[in-house]
Amino acid sequence: MRTIKFLLQKEFLQIFRNKGMLPIIFVMPIIQLMVLSFAATYELKEVDFAVVDFDQSSTSRQLIERMQATGYFELYGEYTSAGQALDELDKGNVKLVLQIPVHFQRNLNAGESAPINLSIDAVDGSSAGLIQSYTSSIIADFNREKLADVQIMNAAIGNSAGNQKLITMKPVNWYNPDLDYITFMVPGILVVLVSMIGLFLSGMNIVREREIGTIEQLNVTPITKSQFMIGKLMPFWVIGMVDLLIGLSLARFGFHIPFLGSLFTILVIAGIYLILVQSLGLFISTITHTQQQAMFIAWFMMVVFILMGGLFTPVESMPGWAQDLTLGNPVAYFIRIMRMVLLKGAGWQEVYKMVFVLIGIAAGLLGISINRYKKTVS
Amino acid sequence: MSELAISAKGLTRIFGDFTAVDHIDLDVKKGEIFGFLGANGAGKTTAMKMLTGLLSPSSGEAKVSGFDVYTEAEKIKKRIGYMSQKFSLYDDLTPEENIRFYGGVYGLNDRELKDKKDELISSVGLEQFRNKQVGSLPLGWKQKLAFAISIIHDPKIVFLDEPTGGVDPVTRRQFWERIYEVADSGITVFVTTHYMDEAEYCDRVSIMVDGRIDAIDSPSGLKSSFNASSIEEVFISLARSAERGDG
Repeated sequence: MRTIKFLLQKEFLQIFRNKGMLPIIFVMPIIQLMVLSFAATYELKEVDFAVVDFDQSSTSRQLIERMQATGYFELYGEYTSAGQALDELDKGNVKLVLQIPVHFQRNLNAGESAPINLSIDAVDGSSAGLIQSYTSSIIADFNREKLADVQIMNAAIGNSAGNQKLITMKPVNWYNPDLDYITFMVPGILVVLVSMIGLFLSGMNIVREREIGTIEQLNVTPITKSQFMIGKLMPFWVIGMVDLLIGLSLARFGFHIPFLGSLFTILVIAGIYLILVQSLGLFISTITHTQQQAMFIAWFMMVVFILMGGLFTPVESMPGWAQDLTLGNPVAYFIRIMRMVLLKGAGWQEVYKMVFVLIGIAAGLLGISINRYKKTVS
Repeated sequence: MSELAISAKGLTRIFGDFTAVDHIDLDVKKGEIFGFLGANGAGKTTAMKMLTGLLSPSSGEAKVSGFDVYTEAEKIKKRIGYMSQKFSLYDDLTPEENIRFYGGVYGLNDRELKDKKDELISSVGLEQFRNKQVGSLPLGWKQKLAFAISIIHDPKIVFLDEPTGGVDPVTRRQFWERIYEVADSGITVFVTTHYMDEAEYCDRVSIMVDGRIDAIDSPSGLKSSFNASSIEEVFISLARSAERGDG
């Protein structure tokens, strides 16, 4: 125990003396949450669009105004020919070209179909999909109102033709009623934060001792493997938890994320999860000799874990084999747990299976790394 | 218990098809200053790593302070001090913090730690550097501090791997005065060096060539049996026969 005390004391002295890293460690949760939550959003805002209005009627005016009024679209310019407008699309000045045909108003009032042409810049597939669905729903709304107007007019003149009933779907979004992407992203970003601290810092720390040669001096002392490992894990575990607390407070009071589940549950699971990623870091440290190698491998794993972890794209939309792979991805588990507990108020009952998987992976990795760490050189 | 601090028989270490240390026999008596000489690449550091438990031997046997290097490496570690060729204290800690850390892991209690800290700081003459990070100290001071820390737990044996490499002559002299003091206090000193004048200060020296120990005796004994006027001549006549290149 005393040995561990001295090891911890030394690690904390070194961490707090490291002027290059210390500020990052504590500023990181704030910056990550701010930047990622606002930037990594699927919401559309102020998409530039061009209009070619061949109809020049009051109805076509209304539709264009309706587009702008939503706040999602901003009129870049009106063009007299489709070619000019599509040029702007080519240049990347607009993401959407809306063409309104002649007789748009006349056809609509006559209850006939009045097709509108949308040309969307689909280089970024997911935002193209969003532009399409946003535009469609604006047009559909518009269509419904017009149809209602036409029906009223028809009813007034005693004409029952074209009097159709509309079936509309009204989706209700549970747990995140406004489909607020920040609510959705923040719990996931907290996971990334904790993973980075855990994966990079402790593993890197051991490789650093190997690189500068101090590990040799440690290896001739009576320090045991487990003492050494605890000495390396604990400081960054504490730092990871502190970072998580900073992140959670920011999420709660800065982003007003609902905390439906228990904070205690989150912290306990985070503690286990941190040990898991730290063990992975330790494992990397046992197979590398320089910080550069360790950093490279850790980054590689991190990127795969995050991309396959359901942070940006839902796991459910991955192909089957990729979904199977996520069964071994700790990041995916913890992101799900965080979202379930924070946003849905899930308790131990709902998450315990996933927690057991995390404990299993953690125990396995820790065992392998302790086993692989040798006090002798080869 | 035997009067031997270190005894090795046929100690060998093979890396792939390269025999770094080739069946060396070695007896070091308690309390002596044993000089372990050899050209670069002769296998000194490898031999020393086996004796300190950092590296397991390929074959042969060795006992350090009465414990077997294969099975009792951890017991050996409590009883030896080691100063590596490469400076390996923590550059980002102060001398005091380094002393406290190593003293602590060797199991000194708070009282001993405090006494040792004051004793070491003053014996090495580090008062002016007390609160400076070790990284900013001149090399000679760093080496003196590393030596002081390697014997902080009053080991039976201390292994010094080129302790005076790159150090100025005055500091070198002071260093050897400390080595004598340490040996007088009963600690066996096992030291490697490239300075032949330092070899003359040792009670006994061995000279390694190509992984073997080609000569082992007191400096005067070596000189008379090789009919040489200095250890340097003995060394050169032996090292010339080496087949391994420098480095």
